[in-house]
Amino acid sequence: MSTPYEPYLLTADGTADFGALRRYEERGGWAAARRAVTEMTPAEVIGLVKAAGLRGRGGAGFPAGVKWGFVPPPDRVPGPRYLVVNADESEPGTFKDQALLETDPHLTLEGAVIAAYAIGAETIYIYIRGEMPAEARILQEAIHEAYGAGHLGAGLYDTATRMDVTVHRGAGAYICGEETALLTSLEGGRGYPRIKPPFPAFSGLFGQPTIINNVETLANVPAIVNRGVAWFRSMGTEQSPGGKIFSLSGHLKRPGNYEAPLGIGLLTLLHDPRYGAGPWQERPFKAVIPGGSSVPVLRADELDVRMDFESLQAAGTMLGSGGVIAMDESVDMVEVLYNLARFYHHESCGQCTPCREGTGWTARILRRFHENRGREEDLALLLDIADQMMGKTICPLADALAMPVKSHVTKFPDEFRRHMGGEIPRYVPPSSWAVG
Amino acid sequence: MSLAFSERARAEIDRLLARYPTRGAATLPVLRVAEREFGGIDDDVMVLVADTLDLSPAQVRGVFSFYTHLRRPGWGKYVLQVCATLSCALRGCEGLADHLEARLGIRAGQTTPDRRFTLLKVECLARCGESPVLQVNDDMYVNVTPAKADAILESLP
Ligand SMILES: Cc1cc2nc3c(=O)[nH]c(=O)nc-3n(C[C@H](O)[C@H](O)[C@H](O)COP(=O)(O)O)c2cc1C
Ligand code: SF4
Ligand code: FES
Repeated sequence: MSTPYEPYLLTADGTADFGALRRYEERGGWAAARRAVTEMTPAEVIGLVKAAGLRGRGGAGFPAGVKWGFVPPPDRVPGPRYLVVNADESEPGTFKDQALLETDPHLTLEGAVIAAYAIGAETIYIYIRGEMPAEARILQEAIHEAYGAGHLGAGLYDTATRMDVTVHRGAGAYICGEETALLTSLEGGRGYPRIKPPFPAFSGLFGQPTIINNVETLANVPAIVNRGVAWFRSMGTEQSPGGKIFSLSGHLKRPGNYEAPLGIGLLTLLHDPRYGAGPWQERPFKAVIPGGSSVPVLRADELDVRMDFESLQAAGTMLGSGGVIAMDESVDMVEVLYNLARFYHHESCGQCTPCREGTGWTARILRRFHENRGREEDLALLLDIADQMMGKTICPLADALAMPVKSHVTKFPDEFRRHMGGEIPRYVPPSSWAVG
Repeated sequence: MSLAFSERARAEIDRLLARYPTRGAATLPVLRVAEREFGGIDDDVMVLVADTLDLSPAQVRGVFSFYTHLRRPGWGKYVLQVCATLSCALRGCEGLADHLEARLGIRAGQTTPDRRFTLLKVECLARCGESPVLQVNDDMYVNVTPAKADAILESLP
């Protein structure tokens, strides 16, 4: 905490247009990939990232180096390996990967090349969400530049390594951000998640060993190679080392992406003039969702927490994607939950009964509350449905609605009781237009 | 049934196919080519895509129907997508949507009779810090006030 935090993720200004490569190289870019490929063995790269303790930034927080180490050796599983970049960013309240790709595409590319080298992959697929055509073009241009400069292609840095990158555009489906759904989609199917095991590290894309990493996770890798484990661990906490991009949205004076060390106080992010700068209309905060829409909500009296994996878990919620959604006292928590239930019901792939039925049932009950026709027994029913959704499905999308339901209903029961035929105060109704 | 890809599109499809170990994996990319080539994806286009990739038409229909972002036949020249998910709802996307509905005289989900505009409410567009957010075909606009929306619509050719 003594030395001020120095950003290393969001360091480029504005949109990366033609010539992004030159500007990236001027900032020392691509030196880490060259160094990893020419001076380090794959095992050394994995060991370095393990020692740094880099945890996945896509939501689950799994240690990246450990995951890379799961890829079996070629004598056990022959054939190609794949590195897949998860650029499907669609968790409501999260917009960090968009910023990384728009402003500095080479950073993620370089991280991906290092990761691919570490796991013995010669092919990288970047799965980018369909609603980001501009970012896909920027990436495509960066890839073109990187081939031209010898950072991609055959005989990488005069070694026998080859590296190819393909940008693959999604087409509008939140569930394709879930790693196994992403693989199914990339293979050309409907985006259905798969049962694990087998884990993708053994049998993933086209049945071959595959590692999937989030954009921001990979964007951390070049700096770790360049500056080492001690530097990386000088930021953040013991269990959550490094920096993080926090996406702040909702009722703040300065919504936006802010890079800060993991473990920074949520109150600092919300109130400090360098970050969120406090509530936009001077009304106190009522609630904050700290890690993207899928995690339990925090009440105003619970905001004194640190933004790292372990602290938020101890507080009964999760760091998730690091998307902080701030809501002031004008907000009606019933409408908030209704908006989210509608979203998850719309995005359920429908394979699992508890998810397909549970998200729909939850949304219908909340619609009743929205129409001021809630019943006391519905509160227990909502919790019961949430219990039946938790941990009983192929992928965690069902949990991603069940957890918000539980936290909203148990932390704000009086707001639900107002929607039982009584007079509803004139709140900001966040979802009345969005009623599907 | 005389539908066919142009020479240029076929060359692009060949380049796409070279990037994947299976033909099926090129389904979404080829649907994108078809979208550009034919302006939307109807059943004839899906049959053509299936033939091109050695898939059955049912397979392509199944994939197409799963994804919301591919152009449906009947959509207008400009597809206006307003994000309606939580962060944007907190910052007044409703006002923008109401304004567009009133200006165009249609409800969300509908297309103007002259087939110029389709208005859609969509889920999070990953620009939650700059809401309200409006995507017009491939172009993203942020912090969109009703006046800014008017200016955007008037600037369209
Ligand atoms: C419903 C659902 C949606 C997800 N969406 C995304 C996403 O948009 N981007 C992402 O990187 N990870 C997403 N994930 C997490 C991925 O499944 C996976 O954990 C992640 O890509 C692994 O990369 P990391 O270890 O580098 O974080 C999602 C998970 C679930 C269950
Ligand atoms: S939990 Fe929901 S989204 Fe996930 S596989 Fe099951 S039905 Fe599909
Ligand atoms: S909630 Fe609207 S862009 Fe994310």
